[in-house]
Amino acid sequence: MINLPLLPIILPFLFAILLLFFKENVRIQRALTLVGVIISLIASFYLLVTVKTEGVLAVTLGSWPAPFGIAMVSDMFSALLVTTTLLITLFVVVYSFTAIGEERERFFYYPAILFMVTGVNGAFTTGDIFNMFVFFEVLLIASYLLIVLGGEKKQLRESIKYILVNVVSSALFVITIAYLYSVVGTLNMADISVKIAEVGQPGIITVIAVLMLIVFGVKGAIFPLYFWLPGSYAAPPVPVLALFGALLTKVGVYAIMRTYTLFFIHNVGVTHEILMVVSVLTVIVGCIGALAYFDLKQIIIYNIVIAVGVILFGAAQMNEAGISGAIFYLVHDMLIKGALFLLIGIIIYVTGTSNLRKMGGLMKTHAPLGWFYLIAAFGLAGIPPLSGFIGKLLIAQGAFEAGNIWGSIIILASSLIVLLSVIRIFIYAFWGEPMELPKTKRKPYARMMLPTIVLVVLSVLYGVGTEWLIPYVTDATDVLLQPSIYIDAVLK
Amino acid sequence: MKTNDVILQTTTKVVFFIIFLFSIHIFFAGHYTPGGGFVGGLLTTGAIVLLLLAFDLKTVQKALPFNFTIMTAIGLLLALGTAAGSIFFNVPFFTHAFDDFTLPLFGVTSLHTAMVFDAGVFLVVVGAAITIIQSIGGDS
Repeated sequence: MINLPLLPIILPFLFAILLLFFKENVRIQRALTLVGVIISLIASFYLLVTVKTEGVLAVTLGSWPAPFGIAMVSDMFSALLVTTTLLITLFVVVYSFTAIGEERERFFYYPAILFMVTGVNGAFTTGDIFNMFVFFEVLLIASYLLIVLGGEKKQLRESIKYILVNVVSSALFVITIAYLYSVVGTLNMADISVKIAEVGQPGIITVIAVLMLIVFGVKGAIFPLYFWLPGSYAAPPVPVLALFGALLTKVGVYAIMRTYTLFFIHNVGVTHEILMVVSVLTVIVGCIGALAYFDLKQIIIYNIVIAVGVILFGAAQMNEAGISGAIFYLVHDMLIKGALFLLIGIIIYVTGTSNLRKMGGLMKTHAPLGWFYLIAAFGLAGIPPLSGFIGKLLIAQGAFEAGNIWGSIIILASSLIVLLSVIRIFIYAFWGEPMELPKTKRKPYARMMLPTIVLVVLSVLYGVGTEWLIPYVTDATDVLLQPSIYIDAVLK
Repeated sequence: MKTNDVILQTTTKVVFFIIFLFSIHIFFAGHYTPGGGFVGGLLTTGAIVLLLLAFDLKTVQKALPFNFTIMTAIGLLLALGTAAGSIFFNVPFFTHAFDDFTLPLFGVTSLHTAMVFDAGVFLVVVGAAITIIQSIGGDS
């Protein structure tokens, strides 16, 4: 199967097209979406196993020779992310059956999700920098639809901001690629790495590196470019928020990690130092935001910003512990953010508000919700043996090895603030005197709990089963630290 | 006051077909010379927009009773299907095949699978562009 790396991209795309034929029939839409996501997930697991046994897989589209055609490359890093993406999508789709409402389902909600997954998986897989731009656009255009779908006043206001920010950053992305192309004369990422190594990264390449950081930083929400994120993400309904929070910023993070380990590795003293300072600042502003609000959505949204900072801090260390910690933490964060957003979606459904001050005493009426929320909150903060622990441990270890004592102390201290911010939700919403709840049915609550519980359990397994995952993460780390593995696989 | 658009409407009825035929010519020219599905699709869209200008939305919808969303979907399916055909032959995605065939009337013609892909692009462009114009123009 020479085209195996493409399957997790093509299959969601195919099902998204099929869905266009059944606009009005919600039942068929749900069934087809579910089937499509499950088949894609199976394909991506098969891809993961194949990459594990055979090493990096590369295919050049249209049978053109390697640096000229568009290469699609599946290494362990991208295969892990593709699989996690489809896993999250599966749970969000099942959750949406109850949570999103027929109005939206009739208006291309599921095709938009599948088109977005096509773009996300494509961006994770592509080995061509311009093609990465194209897949960014695919996922962005689908996300424009998702953010505005429903047409509430707040959504319309925020989606204008969201679209403007992304259009500007996309324009900058093309300009940056043009700069890069004018210097190295190629778009194939493996070939770019070779050409930059040949010229030894002169000043202009370092400028381009910083430009790339700005471009991907807007998508990935690093300091000070995260300004659009809290407002825009709070506008759409919770299932969309879960998808955005778990997947979209991670594409930006992935792109930074990929370019900063494959291209710009000859002047680490400048580029990675900037990345590290920015990531620490990102963590700090994220912490301030997470403590400042009494709104459920805002608290978790600012936790996205913190996580982005932590992951990039790990990536900036450029040693084995730091990078593998970043990969562990990246996958963990996708799972746990998905779970947390689904959980607070249920809390908002049950209480009818997202204001912490207006809720209380849910433990008496909705105990399972409380316990699973607590597990997810501990997982996010990284209490061993839950999923956030190993990633943060490795990141801190890597930073100490690289001699960045202060940075790692801030990262470790931020865990406490993360814990405080999510436990505050627990205390306000689940303890105290029960408030009068609006009348809600028990059945939708149970239906929403099911995918959420499975996702929380998965994230626990991810933490407990770290030992089995280590070989996979080691493979991913090796490719990132030794670009020659990636380059040899693409250019043969 | 009723505007007099007899001249516009009469010329449009003729010009529409000229543009449409030209777009088909451009579409088939696309493989070795400038042209292709995208430009061809845009030209066809242009022809339909001319109809919209000369007549009104309702008349045009009656004259061209297609669901343009479905047309987009069919186009996408054609394009993806052609590209994905390579999966079954286990060659890289998007690899195209071509050969020379002797056809009646045309003589020796080289036929490409890329043409089917381009037909998909053509349908997507027309479908998407007209859907956009209809939904913007439909707001009154």
